[in-house]
Amino acid sequence: MATEEAAGGLAFHPMDQFLVRPLFGGTEIHWYTPTNVTLWMGLTVLAIVFVLVIGSRGRAIVPSRMQSVAELTFGMVHKMLEDITGKDGLKYFPYVMTLFCFIVFANFLGLLPTAFATTSHIAVTAVLAVMVFLGVTILGFVKNGAHFLGLFWVSSAPLALRPVLAVIEIISYFVRPVSHSIRLAGNVMAGHAVIKVFAGFAALAAIAPVSILAITAMYGLEVLVALIQAYVFTILTCVYLKDALHPGH
Amino acid sequence: MATTTQEAAGHAADAANAMLPGTDAHGSAVGMPQLVFETFPNQIFWLLVTLVVIYFVLSRIALPRIGGVLADRAGKISNDIATAEELKLKAKEAEASYLRALADAKAEAGRIIAAARAEIQADLDAATARADAEIAAKTAESEVRINEIRAGALEAVNVVARDTAAEIVAAFGARADAGAIEAAVAARVKG
Repeated sequence: MATEEAAGGLAFHPMDQFLVRPLFGGTEIHWYTPTNVTLWMGLTVLAIVFVLVIGSRGRAIVPSRMQSVAELTFGMVHKMLEDITGKDGLKYFPYVMTLFCFIVFANFLGLLPTAFATTSHIAVTAVLAVMVFLGVTILGFVKNGAHFLGLFWVSSAPLALRPVLAVIEIISYFVRPVSHSIRLAGNVMAGHAVIKVFAGFAALAAIAPVSILAITAMYGLEVLVALIQAYVFTILTCVYLKDALHPGH
Repeated sequence: MATTTQEAAGHAADAANAMLPGTDAHGSAVGMPQLVFETFPNQIFWLLVTLVVIYFVLSRIALPRIGGVLADRAGKISNDIATAEELKLKAKEAEASYLRALADAKAEAGRIIAAARAEIQADLDAATARADAEIAAKTAESEVRINEIRAGALEAVNVVARDTAAEIVAAFGARADAGAIEAAVAARVKG
């Protein structure tokens, strides 16, 4: 890094934005230390409270703008869950809604300039994904007992193929939390890093207009990604939940 | 890069306490901050706190409230639709009864017109009959008068003829007997 700086006068530190720093000085990061993670997750909670609790305060039959946003979010996740898992999946609606709200609000807050994107960290998304994975697996066994293993035994395939398919199904089942978490963290991290790289190029006057245009375009793309990745994470959660509630193909 | 690493290592040796995990001596990230495992417990702890808070806020306050509002609205809309259906039925009924009343009124009017026409016709007939009778009476009276006048005229012709005949006979210088003249005139007039 230092050599690049000396050579071109350009400073590229695209990954610095992802550093976890203690809020009140110091360099030790214990599990309880208030860090920028704490700050931005707290802001996420506040944003959710602002839109979903304060926004729906009026309980109006004809909703205000904020209440419409709250109702649309509610309606979208509710419909998604009901369409995929059926009526018996609606018990888990608060949990799915928690995931969706956390991810979508954290993604959007992370897009604010100088913000810290909590969802860009694999530690965060991995916990989210592992919670879904463990929850769904335990739920599957509790609800269906050994019958849950039928998920891996494709009874519609020819008998000779079934063991092979079972191996593939088992591998794919255990890869789920990995892809589930890396997809989200990777998308958010890549977008933020690319924006930062373009921002580094803006230091050269000749390239600056192109660079700023590129940042604008990337930012637009990131806005899409922020929503789409939250949507994808949630819809996959619903699909996994459906497998737990109704195993078998 | 190799020199940088050495330099960083050198700095790290004397300033280890002052450095964030995962940074070099300049405070920049080394590699991916996502893979600095020292920060994992911190992130996971705060994530769990956040999720629990969000879960309770949503499940205790926001979701029941929004769900209630949506259910209320759906109920109100279906109620309003039912009311609208009812009103529509009532409107149809009102229209039907209006049409019925209109037809009744038309029939009543027709009846009244027919009655009036019949009455007028009766009056007219009576008046016509009365007028006819009067005309007939007048005609009869007139005929009597005409006959009288005609009879009077005959008488007058007889008288004039007798007088004229007597004058003519006198003018010829003869004397005529009044009885003979009268007989002759009567014969001629009858003639």
